[in-house]
Amino acid sequence: MAQERHIQTTAAMQAQGISLDPIDASTMVINMGPQHPSTHGVLRVVLELDGEIIVNATPHMGYVHTGIEKEGEYQTYLKAVTITDRMDYLAAHCNNLAYSLAVEKLFGVEPPPRGQYLRVLLAELQRIASHLVWLGTHALDIGAMTVFFYAFREREKIMDLNEMISGVRMMPSWIVPGGLRGDAPEGFFEACKEFLDDFPRRVDEYEVLIDQNPIWRERTQGIGIITAERCYALGVSGPTLRACGVPHDIRKAVPYSSYDQFEFEVPVGEFGDVYDRYRVRMAEMRQSREIARQAIERMPDGPINVPDRKIVPPPREELDHSMESLIHHFLLWTEGMRPPVGEAYVPTESPKGELGFYLVSNGSAYPWRMHERPPSFMNLQALADLCVGRLIADVVAIIGSIDIVLGEIDR
Amino acid sequence: MPGTADHATAEVSERIEVLRIREHFPGAIVEVNTFRGDTRITVAREMIVPILQLLRDDPDLQYNFFAECLGVDYLDPKTRTYILGKPHRFEVVYNLYSLKDARTGMGRNARIFIKVGVPEDDPVVPSVTGVYPGANWPEREIWDMFGIRFSGHPDLRRILMSDDWIGHPQRKDFPLGGERVQFPQGTYGPSVGEGIVAHPGESFFGKTASEFGEKD
Repeated sequence: MAQERHIQTTAAMQAQGISLDPIDASTMVINMGPQHPSTHGVLRVVLELDGEIIVNATPHMGYVHTGIEKEGEYQTYLKAVTITDRMDYLAAHCNNLAYSLAVEKLFGVEPPPRGQYLRVLLAELQRIASHLVWLGTHALDIGAMTVFFYAFREREKIMDLNEMISGVRMMPSWIVPGGLRGDAPEGFFEACKEFLDDFPRRVDEYEVLIDQNPIWRERTQGIGIITAERCYALGVSGPTLRACGVPHDIRKAVPYSSYDQFEFEVPVGEFGDVYDRYRVRMAEMRQSREIARQAIERMPDGPINVPDRKIVPPPREELDHSMESLIHHFLLWTEGMRPPVGEAYVPTESPKGELGFYLVSNGSAYPWRMHERPPSFMNLQALADLCVGRLIADVVAIIGSIDIVLGEIDR
Repeated sequence: MPGTADHATAEVSERIEVLRIREHFPGAIVEVNTFRGDTRITVAREMIVPILQLLRDDPDLQYNFFAECLGVDYLDPKTRTYILGKPHRFEVVYNLYSLKDARTGMGRNARIFIKVGVPEDDPVVPSVTGVYPGANWPEREIWDMFGIRFSGHPDLRRILMSDDWIGHPQRKDFPLGGERVQFPQGTYGPSVGEGIVAHPGESFFGKTASEFGEKD
């Protein structure tokens, strides 16, 4: 991506006659949101303006706070899976995966290879779906309406695949502690393959629609720049960090769910602006497609769940002739699984950044504390940094480019 | 696996983070705990800022990435005692990551958890926003949810609950469901439960405050 880039620095803006010095001491405070379509949910940003230049941007959130972390303490480990879906509702499989890995770490178990590969396949399809929603809404914010329909057309196919395996489109809860709720149905891999074979052509289509568009470039290049050092200090992760040129991906750095067995690249940007974040996510969709394709090709045979009957219930047919299985089945569904006393945190690479669940177990069937490290929450902290000194029209481009989900921020 | 846990504890006292903290701040470490390969170092509350600064700035440690911090309440609301033999009611856990940057070769790709115990009668922790600016919002969330104050925090406001909310919802003695509906200026509206009594999952009894003889 070594191309010419028109970086709008403060000096460049001054050269164009845009003065950043306050005309007088008074600034205007305006309210953006919470019912603003380009805040991607119910985010409210209080903007302090000097003319059209942003002096300060203060996000206010909590409008969709539903106490998910508190609620999780009152659910058994298995039931809590369903409320993790509701955090980042655009990437539910990834949330299920992060939660399940944390519970499995408490137990010290790992699912068999087929379970891990199925998880990778679902997580990567979900990553594509999440990025497609981001692409459509981000482009819509900036004024490119057609991309929205194209991106949602492909997302619909992934939703259909979700429905095929789990019966649910958005809140599958299919990845659970110990493995998955069930194996892929007949024809699932063929359907996935059909979608994945077609997908690169679709990404080309999106790029044709916006990449060469001078308005798109003008609205995104050189806007909302952040440095890697600032990202570290603020805890900003994911594509926003990689757009600064840092090739950091948890799937490579601390591989989980057998990601070390897949070949893929970590796309990086150069300038850390809105355009680079767009480029990184577009490249990530292609890489995700590559990983998903490898997962289908190398899908191992065998069981998908850990053999421990204290975590995963026995199959239905065993209940007819094994008293022990019946007891396990009964206890698991009435009392739930009981991990040992301890604390666990497993970082994963969700579409938004580093996602992990911090679980505290006191040895009972209920998590004593279930905390999510929300990548959107930490990434949104950079909003003031990105907006200050920019024009008011850039705010929607910047909010769109950090790809937030308010369900995850407010929890 | 009790055997492996003991073995791991012996191994962990070798970890360089523990050695460095002990070297620079003798007596600051309260406890070192290892579980499934993760190390958790409990340190004295008043030492948290210089210890995180050491972890960030020491060239052998390089904890450059602030992942998050979170609060935990160890109160058992039924018995009013602290579970797992904890000496304090609350704990604040700092999750630090040394991010390895392949461009510069900086960082170690290591993770460490630093903990501080916080007593109920003096719930104040020094803010680490001076070391890691990213601690700003997580600390606000801990204040909002657990009522732990952070001294020196630049902007300690509630972040998820509304500004005039009464109580700290993630404390274990704050009920899940059944609490009276809060209205602005600290007044209560019609109740959907029976006062402030914890009865998880069963919020709606179809009763209103007027049926209990409460007005306003």
